[in-house]
Amino acid sequence: MKKIATILFTAVLLLPLASFTVSASAGAGVEQSGANINDTASLQRGAKWYVNYCLGCHSVSYMRYNRLAADLDLSEDMVMDNLVFSNAKFAETMNIAMDPGQAMAWFGKPPPDLSLIGRSRGADWLYSYLQGFYQDENGEWNNTLLPNAAMPHVLWSLQGIQTPVYRQETDAGGFTHEVIDHFELTRPGKQSPQEFEETARDIAAFLEYAGEPAQLKRKGVGVWVILFLVLFTFVAYLLKAEYWRDVH
Amino acid sequence: MAKKASNVSSRASALLNWFDDRLPVTAFWNNVMTGYMAPKNFNFWYYMGSLALLVLVIQIFSGILLAMHYKPSALEAFASVEYIMRDVDWGWLIRYMHTTGASFFFILIYLHMFRSLLYGSHKAPRELLWVFGMFIYVALMAEAFLGYILPWGQMSYWGAQVIINLFGAIPKIGEPLTQWIRGDYFISDATLNRFFALHVIAVPLALLGLVLLHLVALRENGSNNPDGIEIKKNKDADGKPLDGIPFHPYYTVKDIFGVGMFLILFCFVLFLWPEAGGLFLEHDNFIPADPLVTPQHIKPVWYFTPFYAILKAVPDKLLGVLTMGASVAILFFLPWLDRSPVKSIRYKGLWYKVLLTLFTIAFIRLGLLGMAEGTPAQTIEMRVWTLVYFMFFVLLFFMSPRGKTKPEPDRVTH
Repeated sequence: MKKIATILFTAVLLLPLASFTVSASAGAGVEQSGANINDTASLQRGAKWYVNYCLGCHSVSYMRYNRLAADLDLSEDMVMDNLVFSNAKFAETMNIAMDPGQAMAWFGKPPPDLSLIGRSRGADWLYSYLQGFYQDENGEWNNTLLPNAAMPHVLWSLQGIQTPVYRQETDAGGFTHEVIDHFELTRPGKQSPQEFEETARDIAAFLEYAGEPAQLKRKGVGVWVILFLVLFTFVAYLLKAEYWRDVH
Repeated sequence: MAKKASNVSSRASALLNWFDDRLPVTAFWNNVMTGYMAPKNFNFWYYMGSLALLVLVIQIFSGILLAMHYKPSALEAFASVEYIMRDVDWGWLIRYMHTTGASFFFILIYLHMFRSLLYGSHKAPRELLWVFGMFIYVALMAEAFLGYILPWGQMSYWGAQVIINLFGAIPKIGEPLTQWIRGDYFISDATLNRFFALHVIAVPLALLGLVLLHLVALRENGSNNPDGIEIKKNKDADGKPLDGIPFHPYYTVKDIFGVGMFLILFCFVLFLWPEAGGLFLEHDNFIPADPLVTPQHIKPVWYFTPFYAILKAVPDKLLGVLTMGASVAILFFLPWLDRSPVKSIRYKGLWYKVLLTLFTIAFIRLGLLGMAEGTPAQTIEMRVWTLVYFMFFVLLFFMSPRGKTKPEPDRVTH
């Protein structure tokens, strides 16, 4: 009884820990992406979208093409023909030729390398960010997750153009704000909304993978390591019990 | 067959004799392993020490391998960590061993210290044992802080910035002192290079020396136990404690089981959850260090956050630094603050259970608040728990000689 009370008490003490870690990763406007890095087809599509629409500005300078081929079940020819548009070699990383000085002039700051964006932001954020672009009243691009983002809506030809519909909201201090209620697709793109969601999910999955290519192998190895340890610990327990039989 | 086997074993014992004539191998083994009588009533809390030793070995081993590939230079550090993660064979495993090991080291040390609060292991005649342990803890904090700058991410950079600036609060010598620590006017390549040297050589050497002292002091009086009574008081005709059992093989086999349980947990995090939701590896640290962009929310890694919360609870910077220092320093004096006639919580009265519970809640809540963004309500809560944290020691000092106790048993309960 005493033991149960102690355990319950400890659980109550540790409960706030869980809520803290959850709140750290989520945030306003971030939706569940459903990105799955074990879905190789999704990663392949994501890589295709990425090199076609993103790699012009955003390098993935820690990601090697040959690693990509091995992990995504692609042959060297497939990668060199479909994913490499520069004169990069198969063993090289996904670099770009953009001059940082020119990038400063065009965007105000050089587009960041996205090797680790999957780890710093997470797939859910990326998925939501890619879908959060809209055109405001002045015809300027903006984004719900990253207001005044320097990046234009590169995927607009796929998604189309969405414009916000506002509503009035009163905060705790009695002030009224105009907030975005929802978006209206004022000009359809090449993809249906469902198809575009899929595209955003594929790109998010690709970037999550690119953030840590080793994770594909890591989890597989880990399961076997843990299974071995469970067996080892069971044997160790029997050994301990055998030795301790004569301790009273 | 049998003859051959006995031949081999006689050769082995001849070799052992050769060594024994030149080095006290057998005598040492008998002294610290088979001849060392440990109390037979160790429970869950008594796994932490040997497990901490295991993690120390893991950290040294994985650290040596990391140092073979890591580049301590502001230009190359971040990329070299990614090189380890992607291009070095099993590099990700080596790195995650080290990052997971760092957090687990602190988990084990906190549980190990808590054990002492439960069973009074710091009390006479084990005061020095506790003090050496505290030095280990402080060295470990230094080691963790120095190591955290090495990946050269945003949190590495800005976390170090915040902590080094704390020294700037000291009047007069503060500013020159921070410059002396950094080796530059700001955190730079020079800082990274010297932190690397301290992290891989200086502090680990000190740690090993302190661990040795800790173990020598432990063997001098033997382990305490959950009942907090000295097993040496009851001896049989041969002078062996009646409640003692040889450390080897009893506790070696028990610790092997403990190691198995621990490694299951350890490997679960290492292989399946290495970021631990951003607690063990912080999301912002995957962004390369940028001296021009301050992250929105700078916080230290989880094992420092209780003390960080105490720092933030005090409005004045210098007073905050002093209070934070005091919150660690006061732990050194625990053996002399606890003046109770009994050691174990089992025979201390209800007063101690209440005090320790409040202290534990305070420590955990401070840890959580130290990670939070810091709303005004949270600041008030931090102040309350800071007060509770210190009141534990004050009340312990005054109540322990007077507080109710229960009679201790003559023999350990098992």
